[in-house]
Amino acid sequence: MNEIGLSEILVVSTVLFFTGVYGFLTRKNMITMLMAIELILNSVNINFVAFNKFLYADKLDGLFFTVFIITIAAAEAAVAIAIIIHLYRKLKSIDVDDADIMKF
Amino acid sequence: MSASTVIFYIIASVIIGGGILAVTSRKIFRAAVFLLFSLIGIASLYFYLNYEFLAAVQIVVYVGGIVVLIIFSIFLTHASGDEMKKPVLWRAVFSALAAAFATALTLLYINEHNFTATANATVAPTVKNIGLQMLSTTQHGYILPFEVVSMLLLAALIGCIVIAIKIKTKE
Amino acid sequence: MLNQNYIALIPLLPIITFLIIGLIGRRYFPKFSGILGTLSLLTSFIISAFVAYQYFFEVGKVDGVYQKIIAMKYVWLQFSPNISIDMGILLDPISVMMIVIVTFISLMVHIYSLGYMHGEPRFATYYAFLSLFTFSMLGLVLSTNIFQIYIFWELVGVSSFLLIGYYYEKPSAVAASKKAFIVTRFADLGFLIGILVLSYFTETLDFQTLIQRLTTEGTYLNSIISVSFLGASALTWGLLLVFMGGAGKSAMFPFHIWLPDAMEGPTPVSALIHAATMVVAGVYLVARLFPVFSMSCPAALNVVAYIGIFSSMFAAIIACTQTDIKRVLAYSTMSQIGFMMFALGVSSYSGEAGVGFMASMFHLFTHSIFKALLFLGAGAVIHYVHSNEMKDMGGLRKLMPITHITFLLACLAIAGIPPFAGFFSKEEILTACWNSNKIIFGAAVITAGLTAFYMFRLYFAIFWNKEYKSHNHDSLEHHHGEAPGTMLFPLIILAALSVVAGFVPFSKLVTADGIGFGTEFHLGFAIGPVLLATCAIALAYYMYAKESLVPQKVADSLKGLYTAAYRKFYFDEIYLFITKKIIFNLIGRPAAWIDKNIFDGFMNLLASVTESISNLIKSFQSGKVQEYAIYFFAGTLGFVLLFIYLWT
Repeated sequence: MNEIGLSEILVVSTVLFFTGVYGFLTRKNMITMLMAIELILNSVNINFVAFNKFLYADKLDGLFFTVFIITIAAAEAAVAIAIIIHLYRKLKSIDVDDADIMKF
Repeated sequence: MSASTVIFYIIASVIIGGGILAVTSRKIFRAAVFLLFSLIGIASLYFYLNYEFLAAVQIVVYVGGIVVLIIFSIFLTHASGDEMKKPVLWRAVFSALAAAFATALTLLYINEHNFTATANATVAPTVKNIGLQMLSTTQHGYILPFEVVSMLLLAALIGCIVIAIKIKTKE
Repeated sequence: MLNQNYIALIPLLPIITFLIIGLIGRRYFPKFSGILGTLSLLTSFIISAFVAYQYFFEVGKVDGVYQKIIAMKYVWLQFSPNISIDMGILLDPISVMMIVIVTFISLMVHIYSLGYMHGEPRFATYYAFLSLFTFSMLGLVLSTNIFQIYIFWELVGVSSFLLIGYYYEKPSAVAASKKAFIVTRFADLGFLIGILVLSYFTETLDFQTLIQRLTTEGTYLNSIISVSFLGASALTWGLLLVFMGGAGKSAMFPFHIWLPDAMEGPTPVSALIHAATMVVAGVYLVARLFPVFSMSCPAALNVVAYIGIFSSMFAAIIACTQTDIKRVLAYSTMSQIGFMMFALGVSSYSGEAGVGFMASMFHLFTHSIFKALLFLGAGAVIHYVHSNEMKDMGGLRKLMPITHITFLLACLAIAGIPPFAGFFSKEEILTACWNSNKIIFGAAVITAGLTAFYMFRLYFAIFWNKEYKSHNHDSLEHHHGEAPGTMLFPLIILAALSVVAGFVPFSKLVTADGIGFGTEFHLGFAIGPVLLATCAIALAYYMYAKESLVPQKVADSLKGLYTAAYRKFYFDEIYLFITKKIIFNLIGRPAAWIDKNIFDGFMNLLASVTESISNLIKSFQSGKVQEYAIYFFAGTLGFVLLFIYLWT
């Protein structure tokens, strides 16, 4: 593991992050948009862990941040899915473009 | 090229490949499964970096919790085998270009930047160390965020019930 | 004795009554409000009578001169060490006389209204307004300070406005109240400027100091005389502007147009405000400043005299042609106030030469009694006939005997037939004119004759002429007959007073300089005017006592004059022309155009620009989450580029 340093892992997380952004911008289905958000959050987690591991090995703060992000991501996913189900009951669709009733 | 390097590249390709397929697949159920692969890949990356506890959390929460939740919601709202609509072309192209451009920009700066590691003694990310610091009330303890996040989870729990509950209307 | 606080009760009781009735009474005891108002005013009257007795017979006279007594004085608003607006009570012969008149007439009107206004839906409101008016009028006459008088002056105007517009369902009443308010308010503008001019030069607002500084040689008098504008000194201008305010309230030419219309108010109100008390406020104001007028500025006093005689004659001519009985009385009021004005105008300050001042106050006193009586009698007639027009009346003498007798007495009094009240005061006025200005004397005698004529025209048209036909087709038994006791009682009291009021030795009591003098009665001098008045009455008898064609023939032979007088010499039309055609069209409309097109246009431009911009950017808010995300992402990327490459 000599060759694998911080920058390789950051490349992975960067690519994963923008993959998530791409998905968020193109997907019409709300559940798949939620998946894209999970990807983005995970890429951030990877960053935290990698920085903790390679730059600040004397602390555990990056790890704690990751733990809390995972917790919040779980809560967020649960709430999002509750909203999606509620919208589905109301609109019979989970297409994000159909949920535009709150515009001017 | 050592075995470790090879393993890393395998893990990286699973993560990125799973991610890309998860956001491009036209079948929603498959997308969920690719997401699952990507998340497992991330868990194995944590193993690779010797963060066993985190890897376990990743698997338990993401793989065992969120992905299952997503699959359930797919079942509740969809005919899971249906092909999804194609994304609008101009938007797909624009998003792909923007994402690629941003990726390139970020990578450029990662390449240029000099990261300097700390010289202090390392702290092993063992479960014991994590647990002690997490519940510590001293200066670097995480007890307060821990309690706050528990409140957040409770609020999310109640919120989900309130939002998703089916109110019987008189008909 | 006289500087005791109970004097303050005279004006304070009515205002307290106003507050009680206005705030509580209207809702909780509307029926009782009339009694309450009357009782409080009765108390006020008793106190004023007591004060008058004290003043005239016990403490007022020191060494044969009636003193000006400041019974009470509070500094209300201090502008500078010298100038302050005070609230106080000033007692001198004229103010003491005025409080007696005001409380007495107001008491009579209060009693009368118990019957006249019985059953009105806004009975309590009416009494509240009456109390407000009485308070304001008392405050006005007791003022120690020229600004205090101005404040009460405006309060009187407001209560007059409220009472004229009492029947606010009637458009004509609304128009009349507005007209009265605007016309008098316009005149009051002059009053205010006059106050400012006078107080600027004298550096005081206090009446006594002001009069003292303007009548004695010194720096103040020199400074105000040395400044001149358009050929007249600042003193003349100040006094004329103050007189303009007085002319507005007293309905002198050219501000007379509001008074006839003010008859839209309830008749007791006309009796109280527009005949006996408020309209003499102008006379009172001139009398209050009389030393200044007569000693320092005879020119202004001449203006007062000529405007007085002109208004008097002018109104008398109009009164001969009007058919609405209240309007006849209104013009007669204007004419009589003209008498008071020119009596002041021809007077000198002291001694025997001051007979004009005394006569004016005397006439004010007697006039308020018999004019109130005339209005209240007319009110009783209107109450009976339900019409103001002469043609609906006639032959009422058998149906309303008491009203008839009292009305006749009042007519004799105003016509100047001895020994009724008007005779004495009018004789004094004529004497004063004879002594100083023969032209005014001639006009005054003619006007006196006209007065007798139109009053008896009115009298015969109401009580004689044709037989009374009830136009409601009710038989006369069903009709309510003579007015109720509450209305007859004031009539009788006032009638009795109009017989005896002339014997009050006024020249001993009320004079300009406070020193009484005796007047001997010139029998030979009195014969002429009395004979003229008798002839006028005979003429009226000939023309109007029986239903005949004579009046019509006379009217036809004097066609132009008759029509002009009937149309009030077209003054309403002239004013309308000036306001509508000239002021509205030349000033109002361009101003409105500028306001509408330039100011509003600018605002509208701002609004429409904002609206179109917001319409443009409204489309960004599409409701599509992903579009927002794209903007957000692109924006973030843009900022990243900006900060990395362009910021350095």
